[in-house]
Amino acid sequence: MKSFPLRRLLLAAMVALPIGTAQAHRSWMMPSATVLSGNDPWVTVDAAVSNDLFYFEHFPMQLDGLAIMAPDGSQVTAENQSRGRYRSTFDFRLTQAGTYRASVAGGGLSASWREGGQQKRWRGTREAFAREVPQNAENLRVTLSQRRVEFFVTRGAPNDRVLQPLNEGLEMVPVTHPNDLVAGEPARFRLLLDGRPAAGVDVEVVPGGNRYRDAVNDQKVKTGEDGVFEIRWAGPGMHWIGASVRDANSGIPGVQRNAGYAATLEVLP
Amino acid sequence: MRLLPALAASAAVLPAAAGAAELNVTIEIPALTVAEYHRPYVALWVERPDQSAAANLAVWYAIRLRDNEGEKWLKDMRQWWRRTGRELRFPIDGVSGATRAPGRHTLRFDGASGPLAGLPAGQYNLVVEAAREVGGRELLRVPFQWPPAASQTGSAPTASAQGSTELGTFSVSTQP
Repeated sequence: MKSFPLRRLLLAAMVALPIGTAQAHRSWMMPSATVLSGNDPWVTVDAAVSNDLFYFEHFPMQLDGLAIMAPDGSQVTAENQSRGRYRSTFDFRLTQAGTYRASVAGGGLSASWREGGQQKRWRGTREAFAREVPQNAENLRVTLSQRRVEFFVTRGAPNDRVLQPLNEGLEMVPVTHPNDLVAGEPARFRLLLDGRPAAGVDVEVVPGGNRYRDAVNDQKVKTGEDGVFEIRWAGPGMHWIGASVRDANSGIPGVQRNAGYAATLEVLP
Repeated sequence: MRLLPALAASAAVLPAAAGAAELNVTIEIPALTVAEYHRPYVALWVERPDQSAAANLAVWYAIRLRDNEGEKWLKDMRQWWRRTGRELRFPIDGVSGATRAPGRHTLRFDGASGPLAGLPAGQYNLVVEAAREVGGRELLRVPFQWPPAASQTGSAPTASAQGSTELGTFSVSTQP
């Protein structure tokens, strides 16, 4: 019980953990497979925040904002949820044919200010913000962190019902189907911010397995006016892609927003 | 054939008509010395020049497992799965079959019935892909023309490819 406050602090920190590379940590989910056959396959997933990809070596990902969308748009229950020291896990069953989208999404506020000569820091929800942070504090800086971490899996033939934009925060809308990626073919995706094309944003693409090589081998691609970016895969394998945007559109006066997106994509040989 | 005697008769007169043509295929599954051997899953299909699938000829997999458990691994034949397998429902009459033991397996397809009936005239590849549980995967392609042109020597045009790991000799001959 003594360790509870510390644990809560850590968890709060994880919720607000940025997706971008500035902090070097990366949020990701790793499904056991992305292309499945048979009538009753399951997918089991590791979810973590780590430096290397895709190794769980830092923090388990909080699964509070987990949502799994089935090919017909309905919600799927995540089974066997568990949080380990370095990674969270869950399973889900693919009862329908088509494409599933699993996302951990959420937002939290972080604030810092000076009070009585001391630097104060606070993290929490939008609701708690008004209650717990003195609105006229000295040097008050507040940021809304909005994030979305996701992956796609397909049983049988892919469909695109779950690929429709949600029009909230930063998100990727596939042009190339995310479960139809092969090393020899460039893939195109569109980055949207609140449903509008996110132009001129750097998207980082990192192939997994960097524990066994010296270079990260990441590439940066920039979105065009229409938000579209194209990735030429260096080879097959699991890839992490991530992007983030800072702006003032938090919906709260004087509060900056940091919108982040990350996805795990499997590229087949 | 039994429904259309007139068509069968005319096909006999015109050697290039697809109805009487034949595609003969030999797939060799090599005997492997490994600690844990399972017969490979094998898919055989007709591919257009743009690599899209035109016809499925055979899919050998564990068809008799409880709860269709064998279908879980069909996606391991990943090229076939992407090109056509994922669109299909199993089992497929006349196409699905049990896995086969190492050795040479000869298959014959005619143009009058089955998957080759109605295949438009053109240049194609015949593709075989093998994926083995706890083993590897291999894919071979052999070009063929359909319907086959009558050759002047009277011998059937034959082409083949040689596998190196999961497949042995893959040969295809066409009979006008």
